[in-house]
Amino acid sequence: MGPSGTGKTTLLQLITRQLRPDRGQVIVDGTDIATLSQSELYKLRRRFGVLFQHGALLTDMSVFENVAFAIREHTHLPESLIRHVVLTKLHAVGLRGAADLMPAQLSGGMARRVALARAIAMDPDILIYDEPFVGLDPISMGVIVKLLGQINDALNITSIVVSHDVHDVTAVADYSYVLADGKVAAEGTPEELKNSSSELVRQFMHGLPDGPVGFHYDAPDYDEQLLGKRRDVS
Amino acid sequence: MFREMMVTFSEFLRNFGAMWLFFLRLLQLSPSVMVTRFRLVAYQVHNAGALSIVIIMISGLFVGGVLGLQAYSSLEKFNAEDSTGIFAGLGLIKEIGPVITALLFAGRAGTALASEIGLMKATDQLSAMEMMAVDPLRYVVVPRFLGGIISMPLLTAVFTTIGLLGAHLVAVEMLGVDVGAYWQQMQSVLDMDDIREGIIKSVVFGLITSLVAVWEGYNCVPTAEGVGRATTRTVVVSAIAVLIFNFMITATFL
Repeated sequence: MGPSGTGKTTLLQLITRQLRPDRGQVIVDGTDIATLSQSELYKLRRRFGVLFQHGALLTDMSVFENVAFAIREHTHLPESLIRHVVLTKLHAVGLRGAADLMPAQLSGGMARRVALARAIAMDPDILIYDEPFVGLDPISMGVIVKLLGQINDALNITSIVVSHDVHDVTAVADYSYVLADGKVAAEGTPEELKNSSSELVRQFMHGLPDGPVGFHYDAPDYDEQLLGKRRDVS
Repeated sequence: MFREMMVTFSEFLRNFGAMWLFFLRLLQLSPSVMVTRFRLVAYQVHNAGALSIVIIMISGLFVGGVLGLQAYSSLEKFNAEDSTGIFAGLGLIKEIGPVITALLFAGRAGTALASEIGLMKATDQLSAMEMMAVDPLRYVVVPRFLGGIISMPLLTAVFTTIGLLGAHLVAVEMLGVDVGAYWQQMQSVLDMDDIREGIIKSVVFGLITSLVAVWEGYNCVPTAEGVGRATTRTVVVSAIAVLIFNFMITATFL
C-alpha cells in the first residue's frame, strides 16, 4: 500500500524483472533474478501470475483463447484437455458463459475477472495483482475481493496485492507494507497499521487530506507569486 | 544552437544504433519463428499483403495508364510511338513499380503495423505476454516483420503487372499503338538484369518499410499521442529511406 507515485508498481516491475534495478538485489525464491538469462527468467515467470491494472487482455483473441494462451504456448496438451482446463478456470471466476466473447464486449469488471482466470491458468505459485480494484463499481470490486481471497486459499499460493485502497486491502491482507517516497514506511498486520503511531501511516490509513504528505504540490511562496515579480508567473 | 544540433545528432546516432541492434535481433529470431510459428507469419502475409492488394491494383492501373500516355505523347514527336512499351516496361519494372508499391505499402500496411504494436504496448498487452513467459518479439514483432518482407515483392509484382496492362490499355487500346510492337519491343530491350533489379529493390524496400514500422510501434511512447506519432514517423521515415535507397541501388546497377 502507499500513496500514488511512491513506487508500488515500480516495485512489482522489479520483482518480475520488467525493470532491472540500478542498485541492490531482487531475490525471488532464493535466486537473484538480475543474474538470470532470458530463458531462465521465462522459466521463473511461468511460476508467476500477473493481473494487470486494466486486465491487458489480448484484444485479437476471444476470452477462451486468452485464458488458453499460456497453456498453448508452454505445453503440448491435447485440445480436449486445454478446453477442460480453460473452462474450469473461467468457471472459477464465474465467466464460463462468456468464453466466446471478445475482450471488447466485456465490461471493466468482467475483463478483470477474465484476466484473473488467465493469471491462474498455469497454476502459479505467486499471484501478483497491480491495483486490482481501480475503476471498478462496488459489485465488481466485491467480486474481485472475494475471488482474491478464495483463489489464494484454494490454490495455497502467495498473493501480492498492490493497492492504495486501504479499506479493501485490510479486508484481504494478512500482512501489509506501506510505501512512501520509495521506502517502506511501516509494516505489519492491518490491525497493527491502523494503530500505528507514525504520522504518515496514520494519514494514509485514515485518508486525511493534509499531513506529512502535503495537500500542496511544491510551489513558490503564494503571496510572492500572486503579487510579486512577473517572471515567477510566466 | 551548435550544442543543440550536437545533441540532436547524437540522439539520432543512438536511435540509429539501437535500430540496428533491433534489426539484428529480429534477423536472429527469424529462422526459428519461420519454422515454429509459420501460422502467425502466414496470417501476417494476409494482413499486410492480401489486404493491400486492392489499393495496389488500382494504383498500378492508373500509374501504368499515365506512363503509357506520357510515353506516347513524348515518343510520338519522334515517330517512335512503337517504343511506348520499352518506356513503360523499363520505368515500371525498375523504378516506379518498386518505389510506389513501397510508398503505398508504408501508408497502408506500415501504419497499421506500427499502430497495432503501439496500441498493444500502450494497453500492457506486450507486458502481459512477457509475464506469461512469451517473448513478444517472437510472437508479435517478428511475424509482422517477416510478413511485410514476404508481401512486398509479391505486391510489387502485382503492381508492375497491372501497370503494364494499364499502359497497354492506354497506348494500344486508346491511342492506337500496334499491339505487337508494344509487347515485342518491350521484350527485346528488357532483360533479366532489369527484372532482377526490380526484385532486389522490392525485397530491400520490404525490409526497410517493415523494419521501420515494427521498430516505431515497438518503441513508441505508450500513450495515445505516442502511438499517433509512431504512425506518422513510420510513413515519413519509410518514404525517405525508400527514396534514398532507390537512388543508391539504381546507381549501383548502372
